Amino acid sequence: MSSLPALFGVLVFTFLLMRVLPGDPAVFFASGPNAGKEEIEVIRKQMGLDKPIPEQLLRYLYDVGRGNLGKSLMTGQSVTTDLRERLPASLELTLTALFIAMLSAIPLGVIAALRPGSIVDHGVRLLCALGVCVPTFVSGLLLIYVFYYLLGLAPDPTGRIDVFTSLPPSRTGFLTIDFLLAGDLDGWWVAVRQLILPALTMALFVIAPLARITRASMLVSLGSDFVRTARSVGLSWWRVVVTYALRNAILPVITIAGIVFSTMLGANVLVEKVYSWPGVASYALDALLSSDYAPVQGFVLLMASIFVVVNLMVDVLYGIADPRVSI
Amino acid sequence: MTEPLLRIEDLHVTFSTRSGPVEAVRGVTLSVAPGEMLGLVGESGSGKSVTGFATTRLLDPAGRVSSGRILYRGQDITKIPDGDFRALHGAAMSMIFQNPRAALNPIRSVGLQIADAILSHKRMSKQAAADEALKLLRAVQIRDPEKRMSAYPHELSGGMCQRVMIAVAISCNPMLLIADEPTTGLDVTTQKVVMDLLAGIAAARGMATILITHDLGLAAQYCARVVVMEKGRLVEEAPPARLFHHPQHAYTKRLVAASPTASSRIEDLVTDEERGQYLAVLAACKPQPEPPAGTPPLLDVRNLAKRYDQGAPAVSNFSMTMKAGESVGLVGESGSGKTTTSRMICRLIDASEGEILFDGESIAHLPAREFHRSPHRKDIQIVFQDPNESLNPRFTAFDCIAHPLLRLSRMRPGDALRQRVEECAARVGLPIDLLSRFPHQLSGGQKARVGIARAIACRPRLLVLDEPTAALDVSVQAVVLQLLDRLRREDCLALLFVSHDLNVVRMMCDRTIVLRSGEIVEAGESRALFDNPQTEYTRELVEAVPQVDRCGFSVQS
Amino acid sequence: MASATLRHALWILRGNRLTAVATSGVFVLVAIAILGPSIAPYDPIASSVSEALLPPSLLHLAGTDQLGRDTFSRLLVAARLDLVIAVAAVGISFVLGAIIGAFCGYAGGRLDRSVGRFVDVMMAFPLFVLAMAMVAALGNRVENIVIATAIINLPFYTRFARAEVNVRRNLGWVEAARASGESHSSVVLRFLLPNVLPAMAVQMSLNLGWAILNAAGLSFIGLGVRPPTPEWGIMVAEGARFISTGKWWLVAFPGLALMLAVLCFNLLGDGLRDILDPRMRT
Repeated sequence: MSSLPALFGVLVFTFLLMRVLPGDPAVFFASGPNAGKEEIEVIRKQMGLDKPIPEQLLRYLYDVGRGNLGKSLMTGQSVTTDLRERLPASLELTLTALFIAMLSAIPLGVIAALRPGSIVDHGVRLLCALGVCVPTFVSGLLLIYVFYYLLGLAPDPTGRIDVFTSLPPSRTGFLTIDFLLAGDLDGWWVAVRQLILPALTMALFVIAPLARITRASMLVSLGSDFVRTARSVGLSWWRVVVTYALRNAILPVITIAGIVFSTMLGANVLVEKVYSWPGVASYALDALLSSDYAPVQGFVLLMASIFVVVNLMVDVLYGIADPRVSI
Repeated sequence: MTEPLLRIEDLHVTFSTRSGPVEAVRGVTLSVAPGEMLGLVGESGSGKSVTGFATTRLLDPAGRVSSGRILYRGQDITKIPDGDFRALHGAAMSMIFQNPRAALNPIRSVGLQIADAILSHKRMSKQAAADEALKLLRAVQIRDPEKRMSAYPHELSGGMCQRVMIAVAISCNPMLLIADEPTTGLDVTTQKVVMDLLAGIAAARGMATILITHDLGLAAQYCARVVVMEKGRLVEEAPPARLFHHPQHAYTKRLVAASPTASSRIEDLVTDEERGQYLAVLAACKPQPEPPAGTPPLLDVRNLAKRYDQGAPAVSNFSMTMKAGESVGLVGESGSGKTTTSRMICRLIDASEGEILFDGESIAHLPAREFHRSPHRKDIQIVFQDPNESLNPRFTAFDCIAHPLLRLSRMRPGDALRQRVEECAARVGLPIDLLSRFPHQLSGGQKARVGIARAIACRPRLLVLDEPTAALDVSVQAVVLQLLDRLRREDCLALLFVSHDLNVVRMMCDRTIVLRSGEIVEAGESRALFDNPQTEYTRELVEAVPQVDRCGFSVQS
Repeated sequence: MASATLRHALWILRGNRLTAVATSGVFVLVAIAILGPSIAPYDPIASSVSEALLPPSLLHLAGTDQLGRDTFSRLLVAARLDLVIAVAAVGISFVLGAIIGAFCGYAGGRLDRSVGRFVDVMMAFPLFVLAMAMVAALGNRVENIVIATAIINLPFYTRFARAEVNVRRNLGWVEAARASGESHSSVVLRFLLPNVLPAMAVQMSLNLGWAILNAAGLSFIGLGVRPPTPEWGIMVAEGARFISTGKWWLVAFPGLALMLAVLCFNLLGDGLRDILDPRMRT
């Protein structure tokens, strides 16, 4: 619940952002960049820009509450519509990446912690040390070079599907799921092939911190008094490692996973740019570079809301996993 | 003698550390008969716990048995491969640990944890294991066992957790139980209950027990035979009566002397040879003249109270007086408010209400935030509990002692300061050459001396001692107590001695105040109060202290 | 005291090769940042169409870009800008964060709890997005990259200082300092902060790497530094267009530069932990 005030903070922040942004907001909402002075003045009145700032803030909050985020110059559509169209692409990418990252990082961390000082442990630590050093955009580009240019295994790194495949009827917006629902296995394979490299790029970026925290907390857990107790009464290896050590070790990983998810939302901007992925982040970025600020605000707000939802989920998960915490 | 259940022969345990291998146990030989309770006593670093952990093969990965044999029912268990040892864990031997709350899995209900232990050795359904666990909770006398089955460790008190730990340990009827400092950190009344329970269960089940402890009195009260260890070696083995009255080894003699009992005096804390020295020091102290009549008491505390935002007040209606040069003990169990009271009197925190008069002058009106400017700041000083934490890690011993002189006596760095610091160091018996060392280069006892030297540097008139010896070994404690008593006599220094150790307070203090839940239960002249407690609570406290003299060695040897 | 620290540092370095390598790496980096323009073999901005997109050779160690500019020279010159941005940003947030965090952690109570919660929430926020929005709002300039990076770094230091001070505030030596006549603020500034600094230095070194990545990321997406200024992030962005046609050096070398810089700071951070811990000093 503590993240709700943060959402409010972001609302005010984006509002101020709009005030501070170079240029007159009224100009952006005018019919075109060449609109006359009178037209802008009218729009200024319509938008209430002549009112005092607190009242403008209230109006802004009211608009946001109604889902009105303004209009995009680039697309000519309302920002809400644009974001809604593009969000599934971003979510599909981020969630796949998170899935890959968790699935590889947690076992790696556990294995390393079980044999500290062994070759496996050193390997994992090296991987962690290197993993946090490689910028996402560089690893993404190098993956393209290797898998697309050199090996020819990956498809052209642009977009969610190739030009020959037609889109499935949109149900969830997640292409891999929509193709499956439509029973189109070829299409599904196309979508998966497009998804793998960007998802991998993003996953590589967060495997290191996840594996590192898993290893560290597993080491703490394995060295704790209660694991010693478990061993002193002769519990089986599996019981000791999984039921006693791992379940306790996973608690900090849950918290970190929330932070990692946020980082990934940020990294989305870079990955979507590298792979021309038609998600919300590349939309916001394009808008930002062409001085179209309403989509940027909308994007920041959307990120903030996702972040609140994720935090809420993390709190709930943590509450379920740890009896010492009451939700 | 029947065949021993456990026999340890010439055990050596080595730890590999950064600075090479370190031998923690060097040739220990001992045996335990079935059903016997053996005490394994020693100070920190004596290797007593390591011996226990080596026996149950729970040493941490850096340590290993480098030579010697451990025979359990005639079989050398050091040769058993790790995988097979699991069958022995819990079923043949199990352990109870210090800090019971940490020893239980924080996110698993205690019922399940007991059932886990049962299921690891017996084939039965989960329901049957749960029933068994419930029986065990009853056996360890936990109230409302049905309810407690689903409780988590953080919902139970320390004493309760230790009972659960006992239930886990005995769940598969081991023949041998090794209890490693099972009651250290528990309040004295809880300690007695848990120890009685443990002894009762061991006797009822015919379980042999090794009680590892630093407390000679505790071992003497519960064990038929006590083994004393020092620096990884076994120095003496005897029934407690003989150990106390005719210790043979020089180390045992010192240990026995240093362990305070109900009747010991401060000069008794060292062996006979060293006692004369201390008595000479005492004789050299001139008796302080009685202050003229009508002098206000040094410290007069009236109706002091401390309330925090939520919960019951930490301290309420606390009043006391102290004369110059007097020593007063403040005793109570954890949560009794004794620490809060001491901080208020030191003016480190503000009281919610009440009056503190020092020399008849009110000092409570100045908020604690501003008290560092008060002229009385240097009159009231404090010695903290854990010497490891009471010195700034970035200060040398010299800096630590010099700091109050610079701040409160307005001295400037230079020869005068150096001379004064060295004088303080000499008074507390700290060698001058140690002054340039950092805290981590000093031993616990040396750190305690630096802490005392710092407190007396500005010649305070009231010294508050917050459990000054709780973190020290008894032999070090003895020296520190003698030092404090000497300083009191030499400087006419009033001591407010905050402690949970009744034997120490009885010995050190003219008067004693017993606190419970922030209120004074009883106050009076120490000997009278301890010999003839007026309230039920004080009587309970006094009786819970393991007393070598009183127990009369009723345990059959 | 100072010479003892130095001697101790050398002693640690002798026993810890990796830290020694990282330390020399940082020194090399700083040297390049200072000397960059004077040791670069070519003019980093001069284009020469006839030499465009040449693969690495002895003449052009890291190849040339689409305008025929020498990538190696551009890498050397870029070091200064990347380092200055990171150091300035981390420096600002370090000072502010340490002071805010230390006072909150020492004071405790309601203010501390709300600051703590705010910081936790902020840390979990997509910080890159926040930085993006701030640069957009403040204007697309290098100073604003510094400010944005400083602000998103701030919660780390605040939280760190707060936690470190919090575990120490009730220790005997802190209370002893007060009993010796120190006021609350001097306890924080003269006693707690110096004790917390070593741990924070570790954090600072780790964060320098992160700040470099962040700044490079921002310029990669076209914020902050403008071409033709040589900067590692921009160089990757410019090279990205040619990766599908196999011109790997345009991405790989600036990427490698970024990676090595971050790796050195991270390893140095781990090494610093050992050096600055007084308990390790003999």
